[in-house]
Amino acid sequence: MTSRKIEVLVGLFVALAIAAFMLLSLKVANSGMTGSGETYMLYAKFENIGGLKVRSPIKVGGVVVGRVRSIELNTEEYSPVVAMEIDSQYNNFPETSSVAILTSGLLGEQYLGLQPGFVDETVSILKSGDYVEDTKSAIVLEELIGQFLFNRGSN
Amino acid sequence: MIVDKLQQLGQHSIAKVQGIGRATIMLFGALVAWPTPRKSFPLLLKQLYVVGVLSLLIILVSGLFIGMVLALQGYTVLSKFGAEQMLGPLVALSLLRELGPVVTALLFAGRAGSALTAEIGLMKATEQLSGMEMMAVDPLRRIIAPRFWAGVISMPLLALIFTAVGILGGHLVGVDWLGVDGGGYWSAMQANVDFQQDILNGVIKSVVFALIVTWIALHKGFDAVPTSEGISQATTQTVVTSSLAVLGFDFILTAVMFGG
Repeated sequence: MTSRKIEVLVGLFVALAIAAFMLLSLKVANSGMTGSGETYMLYAKFENIGGLKVRSPIKVGGVVVGRVRSIELNTEEYSPVVAMEIDSQYNNFPETSSVAILTSGLLGEQYLGLQPGFVDETVSILKSGDYVEDTKSAIVLEELIGQFLFNRGSN
Repeated sequence: MIVDKLQQLGQHSIAKVQGIGRATIMLFGALVAWPTPRKSFPLLLKQLYVVGVLSLLIILVSGLFIGMVLALQGYTVLSKFGAEQMLGPLVALSLLRELGPVVTALLFAGRAGSALTAEIGLMKATEQLSGMEMMAVDPLRRIIAPRFWAGVISMPLLALIFTAVGILGGHLVGVDWLGVDGGGYWSAMQANVDFQQDILNGVIKSVVFALIVTWIALHKGFDAVPTSEGISQATTQTVVTSSLAVLGFDFILTAVMFGG
């Protein structure tokens, strides 16, 4: 085995490994945030977050515009506060916008659906650090079944 | 008698600790020195070929088949829940986090580790190592160091190749054969695999396993009893000890990285 042949084969081996790493990091993993990476924060207070997790997607009309940064419990009212990290590209949400915790499919993961509201002279645009006032909590299946049984009982 | 048992235990422990000490001294002697790239690079290249390139075939074939089996078995369970879309994350996460590093390390111990032990053991038995010392060539620097670095460099690369081929094998079975949606296979994977959490931790794992396996293989060869029986025992011990060490360390690393 000549030294040149060995060098070529080792080079091929390393190139193959680099190709594998590229495949893994570009095709398999998510490449962090969407867009440029510049983000701003919005907050929303819920009654119940259900199965929402940190890094759950935030979608507007099905398009991912950001991810949940953190979920903490407000110590005054004991209600969960969700910090939303949203791509700066989408920084034009009016304060009449609403967020709801939705589920993709029957058993799928939960995500935040952001619904832009109407705009007129009296409505201002949400800035970084603002709270979205209009929120809809997650639907908890047990509560729903309980309500259904309760309604049937009273009929 | 109980004292005899105690003595046996003590003897055994002292022997183990002495072994670890000798292994550390060997590694220290091999690695801590002024770097001489002009002399050591060709040696390293030769070992990269022997240890890395020649292990490529077994890694490619077993990676492909493990990915295919994962997809096949995963599909059986997931289709019961109508969750075939999650086949991508199942294959990718199990390969990236566990199977890639661990199976590569086990195969590497069997394919390259045993060869390293036998080679060095035979060098010792035929007094080549003493001969080198007579010629004022340090066998630790000339024999151990390039083999150690070749193992440490090539095993993480082999694990990456194993994982990538496994994911492609999962695609082959899941998408092309069983009819899972191809776009869903990749997009669900992208939604669930995190670069730092999954890929980087997998690479860290394989680097740790590479250090363990190569070190054990070199030490067992260097410390072998220089007879044909001693070499065969050392080779067996390399495979057994490094496999157990890899599985043990895998549990510890998994607990640290992913457990709570």
